[in-house]
Amino acid sequence: MTNNNNIAGKPRSKVRDVWDQFKSHKGALLGAIIFFSIVFLVMIGPFLWPFDANQIDIRSRNQGPSLLHPFGTDQLGRDTLARMMAGGRTSIAVGLAAMALSLFFGSFIGVTAGFYKKLDGILMRITDLFLSLPLLPLLLVMMLLFREPLSEAYGPERGMFVLIVVSIGITSWMPTARIVRADVLALKEREFVLAAKASGTSDTLIILRHIMPNVLSPIMVSATLGIANGIITESALSFLGLGFPPDFPTWGRLLNDAVDYIQQFPERVFWPGLAISLTVLSINYLGDGLRDALDPRMRKR
Amino acid sequence: MLSFISRRLLISIPTLIVISLVIFLLLNLAPNDPMAQVPLTVPPEVKQKMREALGLGQPLYIQFLKWLIQFFWIEPQVFIDYLFDTSFSEGKQRVISWQTRSPVMDIIVQRMPQTLWVVGMSYVVGILIAIPIGIYSAYKQYSVFDQVGTFVTMIGYSVPPFFTGVFVIVIFSVQLGWLPSIYDTTHSVVDWETFKIQLKQMVMPVMVLALQTTAMINRFMRATMLDNLNQDYVRTARAKGLSEWTVVMIHVLRNSMIPVITVIALNVPAIFGGAIITEQVFKVNGIGQQLIGAIYANDLPTVQTITFMFAVLIVLFNLLADIIYGILDPRIRYD
Repeated sequence: MTNNNNIAGKPRSKVRDVWDQFKSHKGALLGAIIFFSIVFLVMIGPFLWPFDANQIDIRSRNQGPSLLHPFGTDQLGRDTLARMMAGGRTSIAVGLAAMALSLFFGSFIGVTAGFYKKLDGILMRITDLFLSLPLLPLLLVMMLLFREPLSEAYGPERGMFVLIVVSIGITSWMPTARIVRADVLALKEREFVLAAKASGTSDTLIILRHIMPNVLSPIMVSATLGIANGIITESALSFLGLGFPPDFPTWGRLLNDAVDYIQQFPERVFWPGLAISLTVLSINYLGDGLRDALDPRMRKR
Repeated sequence: MLSFISRRLLISIPTLIVISLVIFLLLNLAPNDPMAQVPLTVPPEVKQKMREALGLGQPLYIQFLKWLIQFFWIEPQVFIDYLFDTSFSEGKQRVISWQTRSPVMDIIVQRMPQTLWVVGMSYVVGILIAIPIGIYSAYKQYSVFDQVGTFVTMIGYSVPPFFTGVFVIVIFSVQLGWLPSIYDTTHSVVDWETFKIQLKQMVMPVMVLALQTTAMINRFMRATMLDNLNQDYVRTARAKGLSEWTVVMIHVLRNSMIPVITVIALNVPAIFGGAIITEQVFKVNGIGQQLIGAIYANDLPTVQTITFMFAVLIVLFNLLADIIYGILDPRIRYD
């Protein structure tokens, strides 16, 4: 490719290599730009936009798009753009938090299973078991059973946030664990780990200093897919009416509310649905590009 | 081969038991009272009787054992009675729904055909679309066709069914008025006209589910075809002068189908999960809607049974995929 002619030049950093490969994947670049703009919009937007997501103005209800309300208003006169931004904040926050939790579980179990041979069998059996659980029905059941106790403990919104994040986290770590374990198994036999062991490094330090940096790339790829999965699952739960409380906007909730008015205002379902789809699509492209960029075999071509 | 199959069968039995235990414990240890709906005027001792009638008075392990017996011993007997007019199950306690006070399995049997029709049809349609597209995309890698196919696949992967479903309803039912937005399960096909109506109401749910299937299988088909197209045996086949059709459709396709068939088997349970949402969107009264209804109504026996049936499906199709893989590819049998 382009970087073959700098053999005599100074050595290139790894980050630079990854970035160059990532740039050459147009879809991934576009995905990254769209995803970060959406994140930026929902984080900064509510501070700049004059309307509050829960501000009821019954006299201007059910309006179409106008300069004052670019996306129109809903049946209580709440500004749809404000609700979209507030909803996006929740949806993306859930996606990020669920991803972090699932990555933590996944890499912890994956590294432990890969590094300690004794624990490998039992941990992988548990992973297989989790993979054979019917996840969507179980998530729905968890929402049903733990909604009230957690709402009482942390308040309706925060309780639901904790519940959704934890449930998504503990039902989506398995692929990460499997990939990480496979990588660790291969790494463990390499000379640098042997050298570290020979020089008396403790297991914890070997894992933190020698194993973890080397399994970072599969973890990062699972991270992108984890965000997408978190957003879709949260939206599905909210869409089925088992997610956040009704007055608390998320993209899935907004879509669910819009479906009730589908005959009168069919355009309303469009915005939240588009937001979910565009976010997930851009994350998936980002993940694809990241996987190619982090794979050294792809780069050397 | 026989020992391979029997070993896989033996592994799946403890898996199923542990899964049923997990589901059972999750449902029964959670704070939740089936008597919450009963009026406060009912005296406590009557409530206690009602609780015992629902089988709630006993220790947890007895409840679990009873449920296992009901599910794996009594319900099959009912099924045999139904098939052969025998009377094995007479007077035995079945799994009773708290919502309708009738056996859960009877309701599931009523709901199953709708789900199977929609889910099964969408799966077949999805596979039929995905395989040719996957083959051609891989054969003409990086062509316009491939680029478009990959993009559509990515959309199918990313756009959730609750949006595609609602979106096609807006276009075809609300704006154009061509198709009904609600699936009418009482509709029976007797002649050409009723068949057309049935076809019309099935198009949207089937296509929405099929998009997911297509995306998944197309991606996989393309990848395995690409793997195989670069193999040495393909060069050999071309070198000995076989036609391009024979090389691709006989040599490469047959080898590529091995992993694709297992993926098709592995994803059957996932498509049932997707049906939960699609049924909700199109108001199909199938298993998924029964599950959601039972969850709203706090009807634990129904929730437990349906969830466990999903788990059985997953274990069963995992087993099936492994066995098919073993039969198709002799290198996989580890015996």
